[in-house]
Amino acid sequence: MRVLFKTDYNQDIKFAKHGGYTFWYGLLLAAVFIAPFALDTYWINELTRVLIYALAGLGLMVVTGFTGQVSLGHAAFMAIGAYSHAFLLSQGVPFLFSLPIAALTSGVVGLMIAIPASRMTGLYLTIASLAFAIVVEDVIIHWESVTGGNRGMLVDTPILFGYEIFEAWEYYYIVLVLLIMSITLVLNILRSPLGRSMLAVRDSEISAESLGIRVARTKVLAFLISASLTGLAGGLFAHFIQFLSPETFGIILSIQLLLMVVVGGLGTVHGAVYGAILIGFLEASISILKDVLPPAIGNQPGLEPGLFGLILVLFIIFEPEGVYGRWLKFRTFLENFPFYRRNTFKRQRSYLKTERMR
Amino acid sequence: MAEFFQLLIIGLSQGCVYGLIAMGFVMIYKATEMVNFAQGDIMMIGSFMAFTLIVTWGFNFWLGLLLAMLLMALFGFFVDALVVRRIIGQPQFSIVILTISLGFIFRAAAGMIWGQAPLSLDTPFVGTSNFGGAVIGRDRLSIMGGTVIMVTLIFLFLRYSRWGIAMQAASQNQLAAFYVGIPVKLVYSGVWGLAAAISCVAGVLLAPITLIDPLNGFLGIKAFAAAVIGGFGSLPGALIGGLIIGIAEPFAAAYLPEVKNIIGYLIMFAVLMLRPEGLFATIYQKKV
Repeated sequence: MRVLFKTDYNQDIKFAKHGGYTFWYGLLLAAVFIAPFALDTYWINELTRVLIYALAGLGLMVVTGFTGQVSLGHAAFMAIGAYSHAFLLSQGVPFLFSLPIAALTSGVVGLMIAIPASRMTGLYLTIASLAFAIVVEDVIIHWESVTGGNRGMLVDTPILFGYEIFEAWEYYYIVLVLLIMSITLVLNILRSPLGRSMLAVRDSEISAESLGIRVARTKVLAFLISASLTGLAGGLFAHFIQFLSPETFGIILSIQLLLMVVVGGLGTVHGAVYGAILIGFLEASISILKDVLPPAIGNQPGLEPGLFGLILVLFIIFEPEGVYGRWLKFRTFLENFPFYRRNTFKRQRSYLKTERMR
Repeated sequence: MAEFFQLLIIGLSQGCVYGLIAMGFVMIYKATEMVNFAQGDIMMIGSFMAFTLIVTWGFNFWLGLLLAMLLMALFGFFVDALVVRRIIGQPQFSIVILTISLGFIFRAAAGMIWGQAPLSLDTPFVGTSNFGGAVIGRDRLSIMGGTVIMVTLIFLFLRYSRWGIAMQAASQNQLAAFYVGIPVKLVYSGVWGLAAAISCVAGVLLAPITLIDPLNGFLGIKAFAAAVIGGFGSLPGALIGGLIIGIAEPFAAAYLPEVKNIIGYLIMFAVLMLRPEGLFATIYQKKV
């Protein structure tokens, strides 16, 4: 059992609460940095995919996990990031500039969606984002001069300071560094007034508003940050898959992203990363499962989203806190070993809260 | 003129289907404050159910439709009673995520049971009618007629029947309804059943036009747009929102083909911009 003795107010907002944090996260950092030396190309690629998913999930986490607005259209932001990055590269804009511009484009589009929708309850944002994803897919198909329409679009190899990046491990490092920077950014936002207001908006819009937080502004900013991060992930994803086509960024991807943040653990940065790792595993195991199952079921195009849906339902009903929440419970159990109380994490049930005024 | 009239009828009939789905959606939202993102998929399952009863098992069309409605009502009832009810009182986004995932499960299950290939379900409404030069399929007319009948029935049910009034009471104040002895849980599941039955009718009426296939559930997304345009929580609003989207689509296809797939959503965004509470608003910011 560890007792934290607080001697300073700044201790409350420190990244590393105690030595354990420094040690374990340092170890993790070392592990991900030396990973490419120990793995072959296939696994480096898989790891890169997980890191990109984690970045996209982090983006969705900002809006869904921290601000409490469910977005069903985040695949569209990935698409915007990927296509604008690929387009800028094909116009000769260097990689270093094109990636942030792509992320910002996605962010600004996110802003445009959030401004009208955030004036109403969260449901409107959900439906608007779903419709938005469909509109974006349609635009990609029809705007052939930029996106290549249904024929798709090839993505150039990234060139960094005149050096072409061909090898999987080189790209892995780019993605890794960007992910670490984004995680640091999100952690910093979380301990800033904006982050605190996002959490307040999530927990109760009414009490947040009565504390003087501008709810609509917080939601819109959250959407801006979220869409930019997801757009960044989209830009990185473009290089990873090397060929863009509209159906890559369909609603299935949006559901995958949602699955990641819910299963990983809503409202935690860890959740986004855990979710990405899980999705990586899930994709691999589904492809194994397809060989085992009889072809009538295994070859169904709807099998994958159906399984994703099933997992989501089970998690929402039985473990809404996700994998990370489960781990927190387990850790608390260990930390307080003989004194763990079963009700520590009991969720409070309430009457249905109405959003309407009667 | 004839072309205009024809487009209008096509739009109206399509809009009726959106409106019916949106009404099921709004009904559930009004009564239980839950948004059922699986409504379109429930419609899809309903039309498959009717297909099995009428085509595979050879029931008479009307009997098969009635049975399919009953089965779908049971289906909706148990979806609520067994799954959705467990998360009442949890934050809104749990319900959103839950119903969306349910939709995906339904879609996968329908694909496994009935296959991915589109199936056709023959209705008694075949042939065309001629109105002053405009040729209109009877299937289109049947959709409009069916919608008018359904809406009248729903109105009478909610207005005059004991259960309908209980549903209204539960939707206005859950706690008060519980205190006066309304079995709120049962009523909630009943609302789900009713909404599923309405969607089933919409699915069957739509069948001659779009054929039945597991992806039909995506029509539900247009129904959400319809509900938003009409103002969430208003039944007539949902129907009118559906009609607006339905009418806009064939006209867009005829005069502005680039936007024909997304015109409904564009209208929705415009409504959200200009009048975010919808055309027939019943939601207000909650006052503290």
